[in-house]
Amino acid sequence: MKAKPIEIHDLTVSFQKKPVLYGVDLEVEEGSLVGIIGPNGAGKSTLIKTIMNMITPNGGYVKIFGGNQKNGIKRIGYVPQRESVDWDFPVTVMDVILMGRYAHTRWFRKIGKSDRQVAQACLEQVDMTAFADRQIGNLSGGQQQRVFLARALAQDSSIYLMDEPFAGVDAVTEKTIISILKNMKKEGKTVVIVHHDLATAKEYFDHLLLLNMRKVAYGPINQVFTHELLQKTYGGKLTVFSEIASRAAKQPEIENKMQRSEN
Amino acid sequence: MTLIPEFNFSKVFLEPWSTSTLINWNGQIMLMGFMVCWTCGIVGSFIVIRRMALMGDAISHGILPGLAIAFIISGSMGLGSMFFGACIAGLACNFSIEWLHTHTKLKEDAAMGLVFTSFFAFGVTLISMNSHLHIDPGCLLYGEIGLVPLSEKWKVFGFEMGNRSLWTIGLVFCGVVIGTIFFYGPLVVTSFDSTLAKSMGIPVKATHMSLMLALALSTVASLEAVGVILVVAMFVFPPVTAAFFLQRLPTILIGTFPLGIIYTWGGFHLAYWLDCSIAAAIAVVATLLFIPACLLGPNGGILWRLKFKT
Repeated sequence: MKAKPIEIHDLTVSFQKKPVLYGVDLEVEEGSLVGIIGPNGAGKSTLIKTIMNMITPNGGYVKIFGGNQKNGIKRIGYVPQRESVDWDFPVTVMDVILMGRYAHTRWFRKIGKSDRQVAQACLEQVDMTAFADRQIGNLSGGQQQRVFLARALAQDSSIYLMDEPFAGVDAVTEKTIISILKNMKKEGKTVVIVHHDLATAKEYFDHLLLLNMRKVAYGPINQVFTHELLQKTYGGKLTVFSEIASRAAKQPEIENKMQRSEN
Repeated sequence: MTLIPEFNFSKVFLEPWSTSTLINWNGQIMLMGFMVCWTCGIVGSFIVIRRMALMGDAISHGILPGLAIAFIISGSMGLGSMFFGACIAGLACNFSIEWLHTHTKLKEDAAMGLVFTSFFAFGVTLISMNSHLHIDPGCLLYGEIGLVPLSEKWKVFGFEMGNRSLWTIGLVFCGVVIGTIFFYGPLVVTSFDSTLAKSMGIPVKATHMSLMLALALSTVASLEAVGVILVVAMFVFPPVTAAFFLQRLPTILIGTFPLGIIYTWGGFHLAYWLDCSIAAAIAVVATLLFIPACLLGPNGGILWRLKFKT
């Protein structure tokens, strides 16, 4: 049997004795497009960061393609939250995307011509060719997100982890991200995305992880995106979330879509 | 008494270069200044983009006890023991700050303030206790680049190689340039996005440590010239000033070269005119250049911002 791209067993993470994730088990199939959904503070970003080995868990383990995490993360392209880097950093868009190519060169070697061609192609995919020589500070939020995405593409990884790529982006960027996700799926890449918007989750992903400290549910979107499970995910935390959850789940178009897909 | 001596062009700019003895003497001072500015400018560029300018301050002060202990043990100012002592103290300073920051509730800035001042105080105590060592604490604090030509000769296997201070900074400068060229990729990636670097198998911690070592070494090599206080200016001013005109890191690194020449040349003649400390005058020139850069620089200068807003 082929090893799963991401396998998580009984993962527990806590910050200063407060648990953030508790006993999470997860097996992601190759080629799936997974959304992670849950209320604020549910541990969505923490889960991603633990997979990326940025946070050491208190218990449990993460396996990547059946092997250990340290080597495994070399096969992951990570798209962090936009705020995680300093956008005044003196590099151009092209420089940032070329950083993605260091995974494919020896770390003391110089970036070559073929790397530049790959980077150029990735820039085209996110529709940012005109901005190649711009300093990254002079970009809009959506453009910055697309730069991160192009950098991940340049890494040419087998797995992609993205932390809220849709947060606060413009319509063009949203479209670009969606089309790139479709491409990735076509190429058999495994993609895991932290997402905050219930209303769009249904159309973007094929699998869903409902997370609120514990794993509430994981599975194909049709089975998991139900009123009951969403309420369970958002309900335990605060009543506000529960309201949002039930409102989102009750939205007629989603209900209709669900019925359609069930039929 | 006048506050500012009368300005006389030929006296200020031509007299220092009027005889061959003077050219030899002042030439060594200028060369020292150039190399101090270049070395610190390159190391400082990486320190500044990592948002660690204060760490530069901390390490440069923190090496003092290392130097003092090296002096006391070896009884001389041998290059090897100086570098060794400084590196150990610099790393100890760095580790103490990180330990306090991660293991106690202290925030990083408070940890830094605690550690570097206590290291520094410890160093000053050691030096002033051992007055037989003939180290002038004032010279360590402020430096005296004007006395660099008096520095002892460096001997390798009995051969006289010339001025030791110049050789020291020269070697550190070469090391820094070669290191930057070879490890440019890891340096940039770890500075911009350490998660990405880590996931690619780039040794993030080792890169950080190497940079801290480079910082300690360039501080030691610059010590005689500018002292532990003004060396921070040499780290911070060149990259910050250059960044108002240049957008990419490689060009900022190259930009520190002309800046170093202007700082040293301007500072030297300013000191000649006002009859003051050359090291301080160099830092004053750096400040005088920073102000127009901050106002007029096309890359984020204040006036350009106003123009774009309207």
